[in-house]
Amino acid sequence: MTAGADASADTVSIPLDKKLEMYRMMLDARLFEEKAHKLFFEGLVKGTSHLALGQEAVAAGFAAAMRSDDLTFCTYRGHTHTLLRGADMGALMAELLGRGNGICGGKGGSMHLTDVSVGAMGSYAIVGAHLPIAAGAAWAAQARGTGQVSVVFFGDGATNIGAFHEALNLAAVWSLPVVFVCENNLYMEYTPIGAVTAVPNPAADRAGAYGLEGIILDGNDVEAVYSTATAALEHARAGGGPQLIEAKTYRHGGHSRADPGTYRPDEEVQEWLDRDPIPAFRARLEAAGVAAETLDTIEAESDAAVEAATEVARSGPFPDPANLETQVWADGGSSWRN
Amino acid sequence: MTERTVAQALNAALDEALEAPDVVLLGEDVGVTGGVFRVSDGLFKKYGPDRVIDTPVAESGIIGAAFGMAIAGLRPIAEIQFMGFSYPAVDQIINHVGRIRNRSRHRFTAPMVIRIPYGGGIGAAEHHSESAEAMFVHTPGVKVVVPSNPYDAKGLLLAAIDDPDPVVVLEPIRVYRSIKGDVPDGHYTVPIGLAAMEHEGRDVTIIAYGAMMKEARAAAVQLEDDGVSVELIDLRSLVPFDTEMMVDSVRKTGRAVVVQEAHRSAGMASEIVAVLQEHALYHLNAPIERITGWDVVIPLRRAEKHYLPTVDQIVAAARRTLEA
Ligand SMILES: Cc1ncc(C[n+]2csc(CCOP(=O)(O)OP(=O)(O)O)c2C)c(N)n1
Ligand SMILES: [Mg+2]
Repeated sequence: MTAGADASADTVSIPLDKKLEMYRMMLDARLFEEKAHKLFFEGLVKGTSHLALGQEAVAAGFAAAMRSDDLTFCTYRGHTHTLLRGADMGALMAELLGRGNGICGGKGGSMHLTDVSVGAMGSYAIVGAHLPIAAGAAWAAQARGTGQVSVVFFGDGATNIGAFHEALNLAAVWSLPVVFVCENNLYMEYTPIGAVTAVPNPAADRAGAYGLEGIILDGNDVEAVYSTATAALEHARAGGGPQLIEAKTYRHGGHSRADPGTYRPDEEVQEWLDRDPIPAFRARLEAAGVAAETLDTIEAESDAAVEAATEVARSGPFPDPANLETQVWADGGSSWRN
Repeated sequence: MTERTVAQALNAALDEALEAPDVVLLGEDVGVTGGVFRVSDGLFKKYGPDRVIDTPVAESGIIGAAFGMAIAGLRPIAEIQFMGFSYPAVDQIINHVGRIRNRSRHRFTAPMVIRIPYGGGIGAAEHHSESAEAMFVHTPGVKVVVPSNPYDAKGLLLAAIDDPDPVVVLEPIRVYRSIKGDVPDGHYTVPIGLAAMEHEGRDVTIIAYGAMMKEARAAAVQLEDDGVSVELIDLRSLVPFDTEMMVDSVRKTGRAVVVQEAHRSAGMASEIVAVLQEHALYHLNAPIERITGWDVVIPLRRAEKHYLPTVDQIVAAARRTLEA
């Protein structure tokens, strides 16, 4: 069984165990978020939630290619990125439910998942804000000689806010080890990106302005993502400066919460459902000779992991109200005055 | 008269204002979708894409462009989706929008409106739940109004649009759809700078605004039921604010409770208390009470209710002033 059998245009050959790891990652992400969606409709998810159903290949391809100490910066649509860097699934689910055993103690919720211990440096809910932050972290990595690369995921909508342009220029002029990854899912919240952007490829077409190459990628092809990510990470780690990648993808559902996404044409939704990255990858693995039972086992294990995580979350305690007055300052408290 | 929610009253005001050709509405998703809270529902269809403008996600750009339109002859209304997303535009608001009249020695005026949904209600923590009115109140050259009911929502928004200076209209998320009331169909304005006396009384003055009026009203009812005579004031305009009504009231009652949802320190309530002590100190029978949010980051849904001031807290504060 070799990677040579796959149909992707990449040149890197991907070992089978890596492929199976990515298959598991995508299933973990998919089943985790499907469960989160159900829990939302049960009224258990506190606040809001933004699902990346359909976009799993981007997160999986990158997470599989990154070094364990590399840094991930993502948006409010960040369950998958945080999970696949290795954050504890039960603690993530508990955070969505606003429980005290959540990964942020129930203080942040779905939009603010963070686990510094696995390099998940935060989910940022202000569009574009985390791009300069990722550049700063890359500077720190470079200054400290750690060899880490900073990878920042953002939406198509983020390419029109000032911080995107400021960050690209900073990263380019300082030649920082940072990989900018635009997940172009064609929509901001409800408005199509094409309606408010001067160029057809909102990220890649801007690359030239900062002396970068605009890399366009099929974000639903996990092997292509993995190969591109591997090359970009190597380039950045070797001192070659930043990379800007635009991954074309699609969110299966609406923007957030209960949004059914009805502003999208049916044919468009169908076209992208047909390009669902998970069945596509499975078909490719089977065609290359991986036994169906192997893949079924992975699926069953993912399912069991999600069920266990859900139990951890459901049985978690709600934070003590007194918790509200903690952790604003380094002394652990919230007092404004002496 | 038509019975409307706050959101519908705002929609009616926008609809009426857009009949003037120099008025435009711009913001993220305000056009085809009608905005995140659907306040501009139907207006894109009626007035078209040159008058109701879908923008990119670019708050500094939105406010900067609106400001440019305003100093060049239009009357733009910019919508920011949630208060936390106004911060990327704060540079434009503080450094330019509020200063151009003074800087240009009165030659320029920026007749623009910035609409911002604010405060708790959807439980999404942080950016979607905050009350940063003090930041705008502290900015010279920018007026700030906060309606608490459908009548004021339409009247204040129309007054803001008519106003020659920039006005920030804060729209309380919690009451967008939870309160209905009769709203006149034609053009009318609620003057900016005047508070509303919702209920006259003798014993204690309760001063609140925006979404907190709901709790303040409930507290007043409870106190009245217990035989306490409450004077209830809806401030509704934060800049300029109605010193006279508040001072006259507190001189009469000798007691005051000031309510705000925002963080406690250096907020609107702090300013009100300062003004009251300047003008009514010798009439006071008790220290003025402040009921406020906490000096912490606004938490997620379940904890949000521990953050937000409650009816019980307001009632207890009023009682403390009576027992002093
Ligand atoms: C500065 C700022 N303005 C507005 C918002 C509200 N908002 C949340 S998500 C979103 C759309 C972003 O679209 P995109 O960058 O394409 O990301 P996607 O949601 O598609 O992943 C907007 C406008 C925000 N979070 N931050
Ligand atoms: Mg998008």
